[in-house]
Amino acid sequence: MKDILLDINGLTKAYPGVVANNNVSFQILCGEVHALLGENGAGKSTLVKMIYGLVKPDSGSMTFQDQQFMPASPNAARGTGVAMVFQHFSLFDALSVAENIALGMDDAPKSRDLAKNIRQVSNAYGLPLEPNRIVGTLSAGERQRVEIIRCLLQNPKLLIMDEPTSVLTPQEVEVLFKTLRQLKSEGTSILYISHKLEEIRALCDTATILRHGEKVDTCIPATTTAREMAEMMVGASFANPIKANREMGDTILSLKNVSASSAEAFGTSLQGISLDLKEGEILGIGGVAGNGQDELLATLSGEMTVASDMIILDGQAIGKQGPTARRKIGLLSAPEERLGHAAAPAMSLRENTVITAAERKSLLNNGFIDWTAADQYTQDIIADFDVRTLGTHTPAGSLSGGNLQKFVVGREVLQNPKVFVVNQPTWGVDAAAAASIRQKLLDLADNGAGVIVISQDLDELLEISNRFCAINEGRLSKIVPTATLEMDQIGLMMGGATAEQEGADA
Amino acid sequence: MDFLGINPVLLIASLMVSATPILLAAIGETVVEKSGVLNLGVEGMMIVGAVVGFITAVNTENPAIGFVTAAIAGALLSTIFATLVLHLKSNQVATGLGLTLVGLGISALLGKPYEGIKSPTLQSLDIPILADIPIFGRMLFSHDAMVYVSILIVGLVWYTLKYTRAGLVLRAVGENHDAAHALGYKVIRIRFLAIMFGGACSGLGGAYISLVRVPQWTEGMTAGAGWIALAIVVFASWKPWRTLIGAYLFGGITVLQLNLQAAGVAIPVEYLSMSPFLITIAVLVIISARGNQGAPASLGRPFHASN
Repeated sequence: MKDILLDINGLTKAYPGVVANNNVSFQILCGEVHALLGENGAGKSTLVKMIYGLVKPDSGSMTFQDQQFMPASPNAARGTGVAMVFQHFSLFDALSVAENIALGMDDAPKSRDLAKNIRQVSNAYGLPLEPNRIVGTLSAGERQRVEIIRCLLQNPKLLIMDEPTSVLTPQEVEVLFKTLRQLKSEGTSILYISHKLEEIRALCDTATILRHGEKVDTCIPATTTAREMAEMMVGASFANPIKANREMGDTILSLKNVSASSAEAFGTSLQGISLDLKEGEILGIGGVAGNGQDELLATLSGEMTVASDMIILDGQAIGKQGPTARRKIGLLSAPEERLGHAAAPAMSLRENTVITAAERKSLLNNGFIDWTAADQYTQDIIADFDVRTLGTHTPAGSLSGGNLQKFVVGREVLQNPKVFVVNQPTWGVDAAAAASIRQKLLDLADNGAGVIVISQDLDELLEISNRFCAINEGRLSKIVPTATLEMDQIGLMMGGATAEQEGADA
Repeated sequence: MDFLGINPVLLIASLMVSATPILLAAIGETVVEKSGVLNLGVEGMMIVGAVVGFITAVNTENPAIGFVTAAIAGALLSTIFATLVLHLKSNQVATGLGLTLVGLGISALLGKPYEGIKSPTLQSLDIPILADIPIFGRMLFSHDAMVYVSILIVGLVWYTLKYTRAGLVLRAVGENHDAAHALGYKVIRIRFLAIMFGGACSGLGGAYISLVRVPQWTEGMTAGAGWIALAIVVFASWKPWRTLIGAYLFGGITVLQLNLQAAGVAIPVEYLSMSPFLITIAVLVIISARGNQGAPASLGRPFHASN
């Protein structure tokens, strides 16, 4: 029996109106990789914030190596030997790698020594980093290395990792896992938060499952199936989406050598993108975030216009048309950013419905909004897509991520699009809701629409799409049928092997 | 060696004096904005510094004490702004504008009995040896102490921001306050101190107008210097030495156009009067035209600790 490193005993934290953690107890052993599992809102992040000293628990206690442990600040937690790699917002884009690392250390050495340390540690763990680079210019994988190195330089006894693989390619995940296993063999414990069940099965020794702020179960991931774990998280069984064999129709949408420069300062320009989409087909586009996904969606939705004959819908050249014109003829889209792009947070669901559905659902009456019809259509969306909300007057911003996503997808799908383009349809959505959204996309294709799904979740793309390609630095890889695809090949495609290069290698 | 009756030595000497108030205010505001806060109350803090400095200098007959109290007054006024914006989460733009209005009003009230009095002023230092160098001595080395203090502050701010841990933490807070908070830095406290530093610098700048440049008290005598300081901060891309260039450019053109007016050049006075503003902004826009460099990413965004 290994020694107990961190013993968590009855932690409770309530916020006004919601109990984030209720009497949570578990133990992390020395040299163990411990998974913390749960849906969004299950209380995972509040729990780790308490361990890292960012949030004070209302009641309960912790011991760290048999000492009372209740850090008042992250500095105190770091002093005890707890380090954390954040999922979001803990790097400073305008500062260099070395400066970012110095900020996360309590007694940072002189900058020259620090640069040397960084090179040393980063090479020792197979995560090479150049200390003088500005963080804003790094890829997602490299940025994560910065965070990990920042933690490792302080020789932590417990390393907390919050959703570390959500932005990585499969190859980068492999490198990360190697590093984590090396740390584990050196006796460091790791608390690993993720919702990617297969990764947890591959990496973790024990898993604690949270639901609605309470610990509901523990399991040994290696001997539990992913489905069993998912059902423990949700607390119920749910149906997997079913991919029916369906007939493909004629080509409905063609992109012909689409190039467009990004409107954003650090955006990615699209370079010579060509594809054909058939009726009833789902095309999955994978790739690491920031490789042109947003630009591709904007080009298809009409927010960015291109030369007229670069985009052909149903034989009609529409490259120069704006979003409203494209919606009218049946090309609908749902962007990634739910709040502020797909929906206006302060406006009600009903108002948000009118924004995109006014034309196709005839919600306008001589230029005036027909609120009765708008209300009816909003209710249809809520009923059909199981959106949990108080009513059609609820502001979009008050819905949880999963419910808002169901609303955003539902609003477009129920307009019977000829082609539907969606970016990250299930990002930050719990397993059950994600499964239902995927099923709706499959149903849409069954009814003869062409669907383009842009996503960073490879499992999702493999599950629902008929053909797959990856986008890398604004270029599209070769498009291949999903049935014949292997993980290695996907990694190469995401890393930028283009159609020509693959041809040359073969 | 006069051109149009203008002596270039005197021109440069007087541009340094003319630019010092703006330079002081601008370098203070640079620090405030680097910490991620936009304080539009510079004009108000300057004029309060001007009146408080003038009153204490007249009563103590010591301009040095005048400068010290002006800095304290500016810093005190800025704590109102800091409390409203940081603790009560009020809107930074509106609060800053309000601060300017408050400052203008308070200074008019306090200064009423002191109108028409002449204040004691700073003596020029005439730095030994250096001041005796022909031409350059007169141009650069025979000013009053505050001119050198202002340049020293610019140097200190540059060094601190670039090379010290305190400067790194300040930039980090301005760059991404959520991340800085997550790492355990006291965002509110750091910003509060930065705002007070900016207030003190603005107070010094204001006092320099009422104690050295003019030197007497008239209502509203800062006449927009705080606004040009704000513009200089932005167009200098938040870089301390560029702030100095911007301030001296503005000061230089101000002096030059006054000389041109005196020389009776056939350009309408209105055009000459507006020229410092137009030219300074045009030049700085060209310098900073290569895109949005150096703007602290959290500038003007309110910070709410999420727990």
